Amino acid sequence: MNHDSHPAPGNFLTKYVFSGDHKIIGIQFLFSGLLFWILGGLLALGVRLQLGWPNQALNELLKWFPSLADSIPASWGSRISPEFYTMLFTMHATVMIFFVVVPWLGGAFGNYLIPLMIGAKDMAFPKLNMLSYWVLWPAFFFLLASFFVDGGAAGSGWTAYPTLSSATQNADIPDPGLDAAAKATTPTNPPSPTSMEPGLWERIKNRWNSPAAGQSGQGQVYWLLALIFSGTSSMMGSVNYITTILNCRAPGMTLMRMPLTVWGMFVTAILQSLALPVLTVALIMQFLDRTVGTVFFLPPAGLAFGNWQTGTGGGQPLLWQHLFWFYSHPAVYIMILPAMGMVSDVLVAFCRKPLFGYKPMVFSMIGIAGLGFIVWGHHMFQSGMDPRLGTGFMAATVLIAVPSAVKIFNWLATIWGSRIRFTSASLNALAFISMFIIGGLSGIYMASTPVDIYIHDTYFIVAHIHYVLFLSSMFGIYAGIHFWFPKMFGRTMNDSLGKVHFFLTFLLANGTFFPMHILGIRGHPRRYYDPTIFDWLASVQPLNQFVSICAILLGLVQVIFLANFLFSIFFGPKSGRNPWEANTLEWETPSPPGHGNFETTPIVLHGPYEYAVTTAINGRFSQTGLNRDQIQQGNHP
Amino acid sequence: MSATNTHKDTTQGHDTHGHHPALAHHFVSLEQQHEANILGMWVFLVTEVLFFGGMFTAYAVYRFKFNTMFQEASNQLDITLGCLNTVVLILSSLTMAMAVRSAQMGKAKPILGYLAATAVLGFAFLGVKYFEWKHDFEVHLIPRADFCWDYAKERRVEADHHEKGKPFVTKVLGKFIGHHEEHAPPTTDRILADKKNPESQQARMFFVLYFAMTGVHAIHMLVGFGLIAAVAFWASKGTYGPDYYTPVEVLGLYWHFVDIVWIFLFPLLYLLGAHLGAGH
Repeated sequence: MNHDSHPAPGNFLTKYVFSGDHKIIGIQFLFSGLLFWILGGLLALGVRLQLGWPNQALNELLKWFPSLADSIPASWGSRISPEFYTMLFTMHATVMIFFVVVPWLGGAFGNYLIPLMIGAKDMAFPKLNMLSYWVLWPAFFFLLASFFVDGGAAGSGWTAYPTLSSATQNADIPDPGLDAAAKATTPTNPPSPTSMEPGLWERIKNRWNSPAAGQSGQGQVYWLLALIFSGTSSMMGSVNYITTILNCRAPGMTLMRMPLTVWGMFVTAILQSLALPVLTVALIMQFLDRTVGTVFFLPPAGLAFGNWQTGTGGGQPLLWQHLFWFYSHPAVYIMILPAMGMVSDVLVAFCRKPLFGYKPMVFSMIGIAGLGFIVWGHHMFQSGMDPRLGTGFMAATVLIAVPSAVKIFNWLATIWGSRIRFTSASLNALAFISMFIIGGLSGIYMASTPVDIYIHDTYFIVAHIHYVLFLSSMFGIYAGIHFWFPKMFGRTMNDSLGKVHFFLTFLLANGTFFPMHILGIRGHPRRYYDPTIFDWLASVQPLNQFVSICAILLGLVQVIFLANFLFSIFFGPKSGRNPWEANTLEWETPSPPGHGNFETTPIVLHGPYEYAVTTAINGRFSQTGLNRDQIQQGNHP
Repeated sequence: MSATNTHKDTTQGHDTHGHHPALAHHFVSLEQQHEANILGMWVFLVTEVLFFGGMFTAYAVYRFKFNTMFQEASNQLDITLGCLNTVVLILSSLTMAMAVRSAQMGKAKPILGYLAATAVLGFAFLGVKYFEWKHDFEVHLIPRADFCWDYAKERRVEADHHEKGKPFVTKVLGKFIGHHEEHAPPTTDRILADKKNPESQQARMFFVLYFAMTGVHAIHMLVGFGLIAAVAFWASKGTYGPDYYTPVEVLGLYWHFVDIVWIFLFPLLYLLGAHLGAGH
């Protein structure tokens, strides 16, 4: 037989670096996400320092870390500069969304779990899969490099609304001949940088500078490139996931026998393949606006910023918002649906009961995804939208509460009457469910146009997004890491440390984000550098400090998780094939699985959640119908 | 590993002749591999539809806002060359389809011939585009600092006058090997005045879209040339036959998609202003 075209990888480089094996690629996503998670967290703490102690944070910080004094620019005086602050919150959101949560859920868990859970030997396109990770590296480069260019990283918010983000000093490329004439006829413009005869690279960079804000200059161009590359990575991943799930399932693995994790990944991949290209093209349009002087988003008369002015335009800044939110609203479901699936699997394994309402769970996921495509306008109620159109978007948005509620009640019914085993994984899964209720309910406030007009762009929306993204998605990710860690590394994480981390994180995250609802209702605007300039916010400043203290402690607590994670990889107790006694296919192979995943192609006879079966030997049917002893020995009949 | 595969192969009935050399280890059979590759390409094409969809949305928005000037600006494009390119591209789709059929029937040499013909037609398309873009450059229709709608309109009237009464063939040939009278470029004052004219701004938006959309389409064709070269290389090694021709078919899907994008671009960009009487 000819096996030359598909050998198991031999040397270190092909096995761990340029690997086509979905398990290695998943772990690559996991680790790079981990690094960016630390970066994103530090950026968030910078934001909280400024908001907790406006204009004094640096002094306080220098008392604790006097060695930092040399690295602070003299022009700042003794405070964080406003431009630096806008950079902090922009890059915090960008890093956390595009470089942590999406790569973790889709890249790490999607890659690792999909082939294992459907009984496939690998992804349908291993080379494309490898490429989907390595295309992230240009994104990493541009993201990190943007911190070091003149003016620093992007500072126009993660939404990058034009014209703040896209206006350049000269929307028209200065022509050598024309430039001189333009200077003569429009004396308000300061001398063009090109008159100093700098090199070509200097001239290109100068052209990228923005009249609107220093941070929206070169850093914004790097930001756009980073997002285009990370989007390409996700697009490749989604092509792979859809094909793999539809084409490479083991015999007997019908669509309605797939674990909900796989369903979550599948629906997410469809969302991504339909929504992401629209963001990519919008990013390219903004990139062209910034670099070659097109005018997609520049209004007809152009813009004036002090002495600077752009050329004339002809475009519509609002177009960006439509294109951006057409992706970025589905994106919030891209960042929650896989976690919903993972939490279902974790929960069932510790409740030892069949999942309540498997089919409604599947259809509610599809429903959430479908509705997710027609609600993007609720981000734009304040952008000059016709109220009649707004009503439609409002109704569609509120409808999402129905499938979400189906999921919540099904989870509760699954827990109902079970003797749940409290482990780090199941606790985090329970936290996901409870926190998603709060995040979902505050979402209804935001969706109702009349309420939204009042709380729009306040800390209420910041609270909402963090209840969904941090307290839901991240708890889902914690649960997933605790649960599948044994499969990935062959060892289990320390459960006591995991519980300490869980309780502290749960407490401090609520301490951080719940008061933000109150701040928002009291009128604390989002993204403002210094809230104390408003008299009406003076009384809530202690609350702001409380939030900041909780946030700093929350950051410190994550060290427990990080230490537990890294320590357990090398020194955790060894786990067998199936430490949780779960039913799904990934637990029937060794931990970690070898090249090709399964010793023999699994034949699937049962659904994923057949627990509490009185006629079965262990009280359950694994998906292949094997009992515990057969699985432990790796023997198939 | 080996024992495992033997077990699997007996269940699949492949034990008599072993694996096809093109079968990757994670697929059970060539049919499964073929279906996965075709499905993967279709999913990718879905993402491509949405990608171009973003630009078509931008086109729809600005055409709705600037309808009259979009027709005027469209009238500056050369319908004859646009038609020619449409025919060239449809022909290239035909030759691509013939290449796929040759692969299915296991005829190695015709695959290479049809792929070569597809590539030649593709290059012819880009060649025609080069002359169109060159003309746009000469009449200051590139949306950059020296864009001058006023000047382009004037040049157009001159050209129409110049070509009046000439036979069709002469007109078409003249677009490629035509005379080059020296025209004075627009003065800086004229360009700056033109920029303040809303009509010029709206026409410029048309050309921003025109160059972005045809440019992205051209980039897709360049990628297609690379894919054709790769498939032709494997075809020359005799890789493809009746039981394995997946890459040729996948390439065919991609090429037809790029073709179809042009079928949408052509009426939206070229025919939009045709009723205003393009003299070309």
